[in-house]
Amino acid sequence: MQKDERTRSIGRPRGRETDPATLARLRTLLADLPRRRDLLIEALHRIQDAQGWISAADIAALAEELSLAQAEVFEVATFYHHFDVLSAGVQAPAALTVRVCDSLSCMLAGAEQLVSGLQASLGDAVRVQRVPCIGRCAEAPAAVVHHLPVAPATVGSVADAVAAGERQCPVPQSPDFDAYRSQGGWQVLQDCLGGRLAVASLLESLEASGLRGLGGAGFPTARKWRAVASQPAPRLMAVNIDEGEPGTFKDRWHLERAPQQFLEGMLIAAWATGCEAIYVYLRDEYAGLRALLERELAALPGRIGPWYAAARGGPIAMPALHLRRGAGAYICGEESAMIESIEGRRGMPRLRPPYVAQVGLFDRPTLVNNPETLLWVPEILSRGAEWYASQGRRGRKGLRSFSVSGRVASPGVKVAPAGITLRELLAEHCGGMAPGHELYGFLPGGASGGILPASLADEPLDFDTLAAHGAFIGSAAVIVLSQHDAARDAAANLLAFFRHESCGQCTPCRAGTAQALESMRSAHWDRALLAELSQVMRDASICGLGQAAPNAFDSVIRFFPHEVAR
Amino acid sequence: MNAPQAPITFELDGMAVAARPGESVLAVAQRHGIDVPHLCHQDGLRPDGNCRACVVEVDGERVLAPSCCRAPAPGMTVRTDSARARASQRLVIELLLAEAPGGGHRGDSELTHWAHALGIDKTRFRAFERPAADLSHPAMAVQLDACIRCGRCVRACREEQVNDVIGYAWRGDDAKIVFDQADPMGASTCVACGECVQACPTGALMPKALAPRAVAPGTVAPGALAPAEARRTIPLVVEVTAPNEAIDSLCPFCGVGCQVTYHVRDNRIEWVDGSDGPANHGRLCVKGRFGFDYVSSADRLTVPLVRREGAPKDPSFDRVPADWRRHFREASWEEALEIAGGGLARLRDGHGARALAGFGSAKGSNEEAYLFQKLVRTGFGSNNVDHCTRLCHASSVAALLEGIGSGAVSNPVSDVRYADFIFVIGANPTVNHPVAATWIKNAVRRGAVLAVADPRRNALFRHARHRLQFRADADVALLNAMLHAIIEEGLVDQEFVRERTRNFEAIREAVAGCSPEAMASACGIDAATIREVARAYARSRASMILWGMGVSQHVHGTDNARCLIALAMLTGQIGRPGTGLHPLRGQNNVQGASDAGLIPMMFPDYRRVGDEAVAAAFERAWGVALDRQPGLTVVEIMDAAARREIRGMYVMGENPAMSDPDLAHARAALASLDLLVVQDIFPTETAWLADVILPASAFAEKTGTFTNTDRLVQLGRQALAPPGDARQDLWIIVQMARQLGLDWRYEGPREVFEEMRGAMESMRGISWERLERDGAVTYPCQGDDDPGQPVVFIDAFPTPDGRATLVPTAPIPADEMPDDEYPFVLITGRQLEHWHTGSMTRRARVLDEIEPVPTVSMHPEELARLAVSPGEPIRVASRRGEIELAVRADASVPLRTVFIPFAYAEAAANKLTNPALDPFGKIPELKYCAVRVTV
Repeated sequence: MQKDERTRSIGRPRGRETDPATLARLRTLLADLPRRRDLLIEALHRIQDAQGWISAADIAALAEELSLAQAEVFEVATFYHHFDVLSAGVQAPAALTVRVCDSLSCMLAGAEQLVSGLQASLGDAVRVQRVPCIGRCAEAPAAVVHHLPVAPATVGSVADAVAAGERQCPVPQSPDFDAYRSQGGWQVLQDCLGGRLAVASLLESLEASGLRGLGGAGFPTARKWRAVASQPAPRLMAVNIDEGEPGTFKDRWHLERAPQQFLEGMLIAAWATGCEAIYVYLRDEYAGLRALLERELAALPGRIGPWYAAARGGPIAMPALHLRRGAGAYICGEESAMIESIEGRRGMPRLRPPYVAQVGLFDRPTLVNNPETLLWVPEILSRGAEWYASQGRRGRKGLRSFSVSGRVASPGVKVAPAGITLRELLAEHCGGMAPGHELYGFLPGGASGGILPASLADEPLDFDTLAAHGAFIGSAAVIVLSQHDAARDAAANLLAFFRHESCGQCTPCRAGTAQALESMRSAHWDRALLAELSQVMRDASICGLGQAAPNAFDSVIRFFPHEVAR
Repeated sequence: MNAPQAPITFELDGMAVAARPGESVLAVAQRHGIDVPHLCHQDGLRPDGNCRACVVEVDGERVLAPSCCRAPAPGMTVRTDSARARASQRLVIELLLAEAPGGGHRGDSELTHWAHALGIDKTRFRAFERPAADLSHPAMAVQLDACIRCGRCVRACREEQVNDVIGYAWRGDDAKIVFDQADPMGASTCVACGECVQACPTGALMPKALAPRAVAPGTVAPGALAPAEARRTIPLVVEVTAPNEAIDSLCPFCGVGCQVTYHVRDNRIEWVDGSDGPANHGRLCVKGRFGFDYVSSADRLTVPLVRREGAPKDPSFDRVPADWRRHFREASWEEALEIAGGGLARLRDGHGARALAGFGSAKGSNEEAYLFQKLVRTGFGSNNVDHCTRLCHASSVAALLEGIGSGAVSNPVSDVRYADFIFVIGANPTVNHPVAATWIKNAVRRGAVLAVADPRRNALFRHARHRLQFRADADVALLNAMLHAIIEEGLVDQEFVRERTRNFEAIREAVAGCSPEAMASACGIDAATIREVARAYARSRASMILWGMGVSQHVHGTDNARCLIALAMLTGQIGRPGTGLHPLRGQNNVQGASDAGLIPMMFPDYRRVGDEAVAAAFERAWGVALDRQPGLTVVEIMDAAARREIRGMYVMGENPAMSDPDLAHARAALASLDLLVVQDIFPTETAWLADVILPASAFAEKTGTFTNTDRLVQLGRQALAPPGDARQDLWIIVQMARQLGLDWRYEGPREVFEEMRGAMESMRGISWERLERDGAVTYPCQGDDDPGQPVVFIDAFPTPDGRATLVPTAPIPADEMPDDEYPFVLITGRQLEHWHTGSMTRRARVLDEIEPVPTVSMHPEELARLAVSPGEPIRVASRRGEIELAVRADASVPLRTVFIPFAYAEAAANKLTNPALDPFGKIPELKYCAVRVTV
C-alpha cells in the first residue's frame, strides 16, 4: 500500500471528508425522509436502490447528514447482506444481480447446478449470488432476478427473465379492504372500538383458544398481551415479518392471501395492549408483499381512522403505522435483533433480562408478534375460541401452518391440526412422498429444529412435543429427506447457514458455528469435541440462533451416526 | 434521590452473600474473592456480556447467565464453578485462543491470564487466519490477530470518549473492528486518545512503542480459517514485560487535570495509563497518553548556560538556530546563579525595584508559583509579576471578580452530567480540553441538549442540537440578543434577580435595542435560532455555560464574559448542580498559579495589593515591606521593556517570545533587556534571547500540587530524576532568592505548601497528608472533615453584600477589522496535538509525527479562489509580520477567515497578531486581526 494512502495528508483534516457533490446528490435522494438515526437503514436502501451499491463517499455524506460517525454508518451498512458496500478493495457489482437460494430445500432441488449453470451462461454483466432461504421452498430451486422471483428456476427460465428485462416482483392479488369487509371482515376491530368487545373478554377468548406465537417460540399470545399491557405507557408494537427460517414461507403465503385479516388482527392487538405506534418489519426478500403492505398501510388511516375518532367513550388515537424494510439478515427475525434493526442499528440480539415487553423498541415496552398469530386473532374472535381450540389432534390445540418442502409430492403451506404426525401430514396434505423417494428423515422446524429419522414420523408435531428428541417445530417448516439424501450434508448446509447468519456478537455462536462447520467437514466427526461445542453454544450463546444451531449436528450424531462414524 | 435499597441476599458458590445496589453477580463474586473469568467486561465500561467467559449457573434457569450483566435477585442460587459453568467458561477461552493465537500480543494479556487460571495450555480449534498488522498510526499498532471481538475498544471509543472512530463491522466470524470505514488507523478520524489501547485485553491495540513485533503482512481475509498446522500452543510462561515502577501523578498539559500512572523503567517513562482521578476517571487524550517522551528529548537543557561575551541578541528569527549553543558557554550553578540573581539584584539597586519583572508559569506547581511571586514581591520589591493567564482568561477573571467576586469556576466540568442544557461558546474542548469534552458528549448521549456557538464548526457541532456558527467578533451582539429575548419573553427568574443581584435595570436598558431580529445580521444567526437557544437555556431545569479563549481573547473579552454572567444571573442558572459558569482553564495550573498570587494586582487568594490591611498582613507574614502599587501585566511589561523602563527579567517556564502578540515587538523588547534570566527545560525562543539559562525540571521530575479548572488541588508525584545537572525549579527559585538577599531555606514542596495554605483561606483545610492519601481535594475546603465544595455560590456570592453585580455592555468592533488591503480575519488557537508554544509537544515523537508542520486552515472554496491545492505553501501577512506555511482545506473554517495554530516557531502565528488590549483584563486580541493571503 502506498504511504500516502495510509497516512494523513497535511493539507486536509484527519479522516475522510464529505464530498459536497455526493452530499447534494444524497439530499435529493433522501428528499423528505426525516434525518433520524432510526431511519439509517431506510436511507441506505435509497442509496442502494438508486445506484446498486454504496460507496465510501456515500457513507461519509450520509454520516454527515444524519449527524452520525462514519463508523456508525459503515458498521450498519456492512452488517446487512443486501447492501453492497464498496470498501477495502470491493468493486462495484455488476448492474444486475441474480440471487440463487442455496438453503436446504433448494439445494435438494439442484440449486448447485443452477448456480454454476447461471454463472456460465449469464456472463460478467450479471452477478450470480448465492443467498440463504428466500421463502419460496415449495417451488425450489428458487432464484430472484433483481426483485423478480423465478421459481422453480432453471438456467433457461432465469436467462429468459434477464433477457425480458423483468425486474420487479409482482404485487400479489388478494381481497382488498372492501372485499374483506363485505365478508364480515373488520367487524371485530369495530366491535372493539365500538365498546361491544371489552379487552378483558377478548383476552379471555384468546386464552381459551390456546393461540400461541407462531413465529417459532409458541409463547401464549394472551399472556404476552397482558404482560405488555401492564407496562407503563407509551407502549409500542412491532410485527415481525422477517420470515427467514430456511424452509419457512407460511407468513408470506398468508399475507399474500389475507392481508386485510392480518391488518385487522394487528390493530386489535395494538388496541388491546394500548400501543400507540406499530412498526411492521418486513424482510427485504418479500418485495411484492412490501408493495402491497405499503399501499394498504398508507390507505388505512383514511379508511378506518373515523372508527377511532368515533370510538365509544371518546376518540382514540389510531396507532401510527410504520413499515420498515429489512436488508438481508436472518438474525433480525430474533425479536430483540429486529428491534435493534428498526432503531437503525446492527441486528445484534440484546441480552435478556430485561425482556422486550419491558424494555423494547426505543426502550419502551413493546409487543412483538408474528403476523400469522395476528391473522388468526379476528377469526378466533369471530368464530369463537372453541372453534380454534378444537382443531388439534392428540390433545393439542389449534391449527399450524406447515411450510412443507423437500422430497414430497405436493409441497406448500399446509394448514393442519396441531399434533398431526409427519406421516399424516404427508398422506393427508402432501400427496405422499415424491415419486422415487422414500422417507429417510425430516426437519420438523427449519434449520433450527433438528433432523429426525423416519422412525419418528409418528410423533405429534407441535410445540414442546419433540423436546425429548432434541428437536422442535418452531415455525413449522418441514423439510423432508429421502434415501437419496444424507443427514450430514443437510446438517453441513444448516451450519454453513448459521455461520453466515451469526451476528458475530457472542463467542459461542460466532466462533462455535465456524469451528463446528470446520469439524463437520472431515469424514469422521470428532464427536467429543462437537459435543463440547454443542454444550457451550446451547448454554452460553446470547440468543436462539447459537443455542439452536447445534441441533443440526447433534441430531446427526444421535439419529444418523452411521453417516459420520469411523 | 433514590431511597437506599436493602441489600439483596443470594447464594453464591454455597455462600450466603449480599449484593450492594447496582452490583452484578460478577462484582459480588469479585468482592468475595471468587475468580470468574471475564474478558469483555472492564470496570468503567458498560457491561456488554458478549464474550460469555463469565457465564455462571443459576438454579432453575434454562441456560447459563453472563455474571457481568446479571443483577442478583433475592434467593437466587448461583454457581460460578459448577461443572456446567466451568465447561462453558473453558470452551469460550479455547475458542478465543483460536481467534487470538498465542493469547495476544500483550505480555499481560487477559486471555492468557484466564487460560492459565483455567489450566488451558492449548486450543483444539483451528486458528483463524491472521490479518495483516496495521502500523499506519504513529502511536498505536493494530494487530487484529490478537482481537477477540470483545468490543471494549468500541465502547471506550464510542461510549466513553465519544470519538466514534471504532466500529464493529460485518458479521459472524467475518466481523471485525474497523476505524471509520475500515480505513488504516493512521488515515482515519482517530484522535489517538488511546482509550482503546487502555481497554484492549490482549494487545490487539497497543502502543506502537511497546508492540513486541510487527506481524508480517498476509492476506486480509478476516474469519477465514487457517490450515490445521496453524494450531498453536500458548506459552505457559509469559515473558514479564511489566516495568519496574508505577507512579501515580498528573498529566502535565491542560487544565482538565487528568490523573495518570507513569510506568517507569530505568528512569524512562515507558507508557502512561489514565487513572481514576475525579476529573478524568481513567480517560486521557493523545497528549497525556502519548506525549510524555519530551522529557527524554536530546534537546533537554542539562547544564547552566551563560551568553558569550559579544554574542548578539538578534530578535529577528524564525526557529532557534540549530547552532544556538555557540552563543552560550557552560557555567557552574554557582556562577550562573551569581550572574542571574546577583545581576538582577544590581539592576534593582541601580534602577529601582520596578525596573525588574518576573514571569512565572502556569505549568509550574502551586508551590513554585507561590514562591515565584513571593520572590518578585519581596526580592525585586514590586508587583511586576504575571504569567500566561494574561493571554488566557484574564478578561473572564476580570468580569467574574467584578460581577460575582470570584474568578474561579462555579461548578466542575463534570457537572454537565447534571445539566439539561449545556451552552459551549468560544471553546473547542475536543481539541483543547479533550477529556472535559468527553463529559459533555456523555451528557448529550444521556439526553442533555447541547448548544455550541463558535465561528469555526468544531467537532462538538455534530453532537449539538443548536449549532451557532456565528460571525467572529459578534459575541456581545449574540449574547445581548439572547438577554433581550429572555427579558422580552418573560423568562427572567424574578426572584433570583431580586434576591441575588443588583443593577438589573441597567441590563434591561442596555439590551433594549438588541432584539434577536436587530442583531441577527451582525452575528450571522437568524433571530428564531437565537430565541430558541435563549428560551432553552432559560427554561431548562439546569443550564451550564462553558467558555474558552474564543470569548476571552478580544478587546471586548471582559464584555463577552459579562454577558455570560448576566445570562446565568437573569435566569438563576447558578448555585446548583449542573448549572453555573465554567471558563475552561488552559494550562494545567493556571487556576492554581493565579490563586497563588502570580498576578500583578493581587496577593495569594485574590487579595488586592493596594488594600492597606491586606498588604500590611502580608508584610507581617513575609517580614518585608511591600509595594502597594499593582504591577504591570504581560504585554505592559513588554512595552515597558521596549521603553527600557524594565531592565531585567526572570522568566520561569514561559515562552513570551512565542506566546505574546506581535512577536517582532515582543522579541525586540526581550532582546533589549540588560539581563534576561530564563529557567526552562528546553532552548525556547525566549531562552535564545537570554543572558543566563538555568536548566530546570520537567513535570515528571518533581513533586508538587496543581489546581485544575475545577478548583481541584491534586498532587503530582516525581517519577523521574532530572537529567544531567538540571535542577528542580523550587530549588532554583530558592537559590535565586538567596542571590537577591532573601534568607530562604525551604526544604521542599511540602514546606512551601504549608506556608502557602497558611496564607490562603480557600486552601486552609487541605493538608499535604490528605493530598498524599486522596490525591485530590477540591477547594474551598475548610478542614479535614470538609469534602471540598465542587459547587459554590449556592446561597450568596463572595461580594460585600453577597449579591452579583450585573454589568451592561454594548457591542464594539475588534481593534483591527478586515479591509481591502488585509481582507481576511485571522483566528489563532491550538491543535489537539500541540500544546501552547510547542516547546514540549513538538519534542514528543508521536505528537510531532501526527502534526509535523505548521498549517493554515481555510475553507476549500477559498483555496479554489486562490487556485492552490491542499498542502501547498501560502503566505499570510498582517500589518505586523508575514509567515509562510502549508494550507489545509477545512470546511469548518468560515469564508474569508484563516485559522493558524500558534505552536510553530517556523511560522509563528503571533508574528501576525494584534497586541491591542482589553481595557479591563489587559488580554490581547489574539482571536481577531486582519490579514492578507497570497500564494
